[in-house]
Amino acid sequence: MVAVQNNNIIETRNINFYYGDFKALTNVTMEFEQNKVTALIGPSGCGKSTLLRLLNRMNDLIDGTRVEGEVVFEDRNIYDPDVDPVEIRRRIGMVFQKPNPFPKSIFNNITYGPKLIGVKNKSELEALVEQSLNQASLWNEVKDILGQSAMMLSGGQQQRVCIARALAMKPDVLLMDEPTSALDPISTAKIEELIEELKKDYTIIIVTHNMQQAARISDYTGFFYLGKLIEYNLTEKLFTNPEVSQTEDYITGRFG
Amino acid sequence: MSRKLKEIIIKNIFFLFALISIFILGLIVVFLFREGLPIFKVVSVKDFIFGNEWYPTYNPPDFGIWPLIVGSIIVTLFASVIAVPLGVLSAIYISEIAPPLMKEILKPVIELLAGLPSVVLGFFGMVVLAPWLQETFDLPTGLNIVNVSIILAIMAVPTISSISEDALYSVPREFKEASYALGATRFETIAKVIVPAALSGISTAVILGMARAIGETMVVLMVAGGAAAIPESIFDSVRPMPASIAAEMGEAPFRSNHYHALFATGMVLFFITLFFNLIADYISTKFKEVGSGTL
Repeated sequence: MVAVQNNNIIETRNINFYYGDFKALTNVTMEFEQNKVTALIGPSGCGKSTLLRLLNRMNDLIDGTRVEGEVVFEDRNIYDPDVDPVEIRRRIGMVFQKPNPFPKSIFNNITYGPKLIGVKNKSELEALVEQSLNQASLWNEVKDILGQSAMMLSGGQQQRVCIARALAMKPDVLLMDEPTSALDPISTAKIEELIEELKKDYTIIIVTHNMQQAARISDYTGFFYLGKLIEYNLTEKLFTNPEVSQTEDYITGRFG
Repeated sequence: MSRKLKEIIIKNIFFLFALISIFILGLIVVFLFREGLPIFKVVSVKDFIFGNEWYPTYNPPDFGIWPLIVGSIIVTLFASVIAVPLGVLSAIYISEIAPPLMKEILKPVIELLAGLPSVVLGFFGMVVLAPWLQETFDLPTGLNIVNVSIILAIMAVPTISSISEDALYSVPREFKEASYALGATRFETIAKVIVPAALSGISTAVILGMARAIGETMVVLMVAGGAAAIPESIFDSVRPMPASIAAEMGEAPFRSNHYHALFATGMVLFFITLFFNLIADYISTKFKEVGSGTL
């Protein structure tokens, strides 16, 4: 049922994941193709966000979690003991559900990551800020107020600051965890346009509650239910002619 | 009785209780001023505050409390130098680094320290710390600035630590996640995101800790040594304002000049602690972070 071919950038192999005794993911094997948008959908608590956070080891930050199986990124299992999660997170960026800019200026929000990896040159940082904000299609709105707190911006602008902040690290993969669920329809449309634009340069994996959104923006869609990957297919195929009846029940609104 | 009437009665009862505590506080302040102000008929405000001689029982007496003010400020500063790093770093450790078990042990222990009666700490300073200081550094007395600063620091650490910890704890999780997701280490996240976001709370904690040190009476009475002179070294004895008031009030004849001078010293102390509290209040409102990542 998996239609992707060889240019996978990241894949999971037989992943089981536990929060304490609770098994949140069961035997998930998935491949994510480079420069494509892959959407993860499913009802609340189905494990889609958990899987997303596994891909850059954000779940490490939660006490009492356990992973079985492999997540392979560039021929390396990122859960190998000798892999530094900090290194992984620099390569695989993340945008969260709630816009979470730091209570710092817009400029310092964007340069936070690059400064961590030792970029100090002022003109280099300035160029990076302009480039990242341009990519997040926010430059024109904020170019004159870079010194102001990012907290002063609207929710949609804050979320684009967060996207620009992730892009400033020049990641290979961008993980988005329901990035528009806290935004109004206009901001949502802007971010969806942005995702379309970004997939030229980045691989995007997005969790969404909104099935229309998944249908609009993604190339592949994976449907999760109760911690299992039920169906993973081309988006068009999954939404028009799903192979599994549970998928059809979900996308036609019979449950979830 | 109608529901609306009930609401009004309940509201007013709470208002009354709030008013009573403010009223009592107001009365205390009025009393302090009534008993303290008459001294300024005998000495000028300038001579009182900046006068170098405190001989209230001599004839003629000298009412200059500058050595007492200097004593208070010096012990508070030294105590802060010790207590601020200890308090803030322990708060960071407890809220961000310690494993859950360690946290459960450390937090109540530090809070317990806050409940330790100051007389017990003073006793410790007198009986343990003073002889040790005296022998180690070959001093005429172990009751000196170093001793009192250490004991005051022990008293201020729990205040600083628990208020700082609350401030650190209330830094939204989203900030930490954002930092980690950008490839920051735990140390980088603490230094560049968590502490700056909690800075207003930490500053408040530091100032309240200092206010606690400057107003503390029993410890300074027991271990500061009681010399009403401007100290020349950190091993000199001092006589901070609260110690002077506590030690002399029992001997000062009612409504004598000495009595009024002690009340006026209390006024100075009152203004200093008020000042500290105003700064703490200003910092906590002025530098409050504007919301979390909400809309």
